[in-house]
Amino acid sequence: MGNQCDEKYVEYMHEYLDGDISIEHEKELREHLQTCSACKKQFEELEKTIALVQSTSHIQAPPGFTEKVLKNLPKEKKNVSIKRWFGRHPFLTAAIIFLTLMTTSMVSSWEQKNEQFTVTKHPDIIIENNTAIVPEGVTITGDIVVENGDILIAGKVEGNVTVINGKVIEEKNGGESYLASAGEVTGDIEEIDQVFEWLWFQIKSTMQKILEH
Amino acid sequence: MEDLVKARIKEVLKGDQNAFGEIIELYKDKVYQICYRMLGNSFEAEDCTQEAFIRAYVNIDRYNIDRKFSTWLFRIATNLCIDRIRKKKPDYYLDAEIAGADGLTLYSQIPSSGLSPDKKVESMELQDHIQQEILNLPEKYRTVIILKYIEELSLNEISEILNLPLGTVKTRIHRGREALRKKLRHI
Ligand SMILES: [Zn+2]
Repeated sequence: MGNQCDEKYVEYMHEYLDGDISIEHEKELREHLQTCSACKKQFEELEKTIALVQSTSHIQAPPGFTEKVLKNLPKEKKNVSIKRWFGRHPFLTAAIIFLTLMTTSMVSSWEQKNEQFTVTKHPDIIIENNTAIVPEGVTITGDIVVENGDILIAGKVEGNVTVINGKVIEEKNGGESYLASAGEVTGDIEEIDQVFEWLWFQIKSTMQKILEH
Repeated sequence: MEDLVKARIKEVLKGDQNAFGEIIELYKDKVYQICYRMLGNSFEAEDCTQEAFIRAYVNIDRYNIDRKFSTWLFRIATNLCIDRIRKKKPDYYLDAEIAGADGLTLYSQIPSSGLSPDKKVESMELQDHIQQEILNLPEKYRTVIILKYIEELSLNEISEILNLPLGTVKTRIHRGREALRKKLRHI
């Protein structure tokens, strides 16, 4: 690193700058800096560098930023408004749950369904070992429902993605996981793992149908 | 402050968009600062900051309320910045932009781009010079240096934001510091 000394001293400098140097290393470093001008210079340059970076003034978001973002937020999510509607109408909610149960006889169909891997049919969706893949560069228009398997989204989905008994796999990029940069989904992403959540999903779709009429 | 934030997030989860407005107010400068230092121009920084908040809003039900909100938000923002940097292919992009239009492109904002080297040194203020050297760092060093020395976050927080082991964060900070030292020592 531009000087002839044992590299450990540079290590110690960085330990010191990170604030996690041991007492022994710090003592060794101090003693060395008193006798070695090359290391002393490097250490001072490092400290100066940090001071320079910290001296850059803190900048602020442009005026009117918050209003702008609020204007561009998507409309309230559907499930939020449905959940609120349920909250306001407990009696009707109970009636709908009852009707849903009656009409779809869900619990038994849950048990039957529990094994089989199914995906909403679409020519561009690739299937590999119980995983549905939306390849990069592909745009799927419409909702996707995956049961008993996972979905990996590298492309774009214009619609909602629902996974029952499985998960949405986030795309890995260069070995680092990318929460926000998995393929794009314009609608809601939902993972449903248990019977009760599945029930909730059924009720919600029933509700949506009711609300749409 | 975290308590206030969490109370607001519960309201956002119930569908209250105005509560999200308060969250934006609290964090907009910090997120903008990250984006600006990462991307190097104000138009892109604003766009990226906006996208970060919209993504946070849309995915708010994936936020684990037991963790620090800022960590999650900064993670979204840094990931967006890194994506943009990787997609950009800087040299090719810059040349195309400058050749294509009448000079009034987004990228004419970057202080160094069109100027000859000696003019650059003269006209650039110290601040711009430092910012430019930060921008010249490879993106993985740039990110940690910004989070550590401009956002003043702890190494542990940085490791959580970037989802990297603490040791990796330290190595990157060390290399980033060394690279910057070589560029800034003559000031
Ligand atoms: Zn030495």
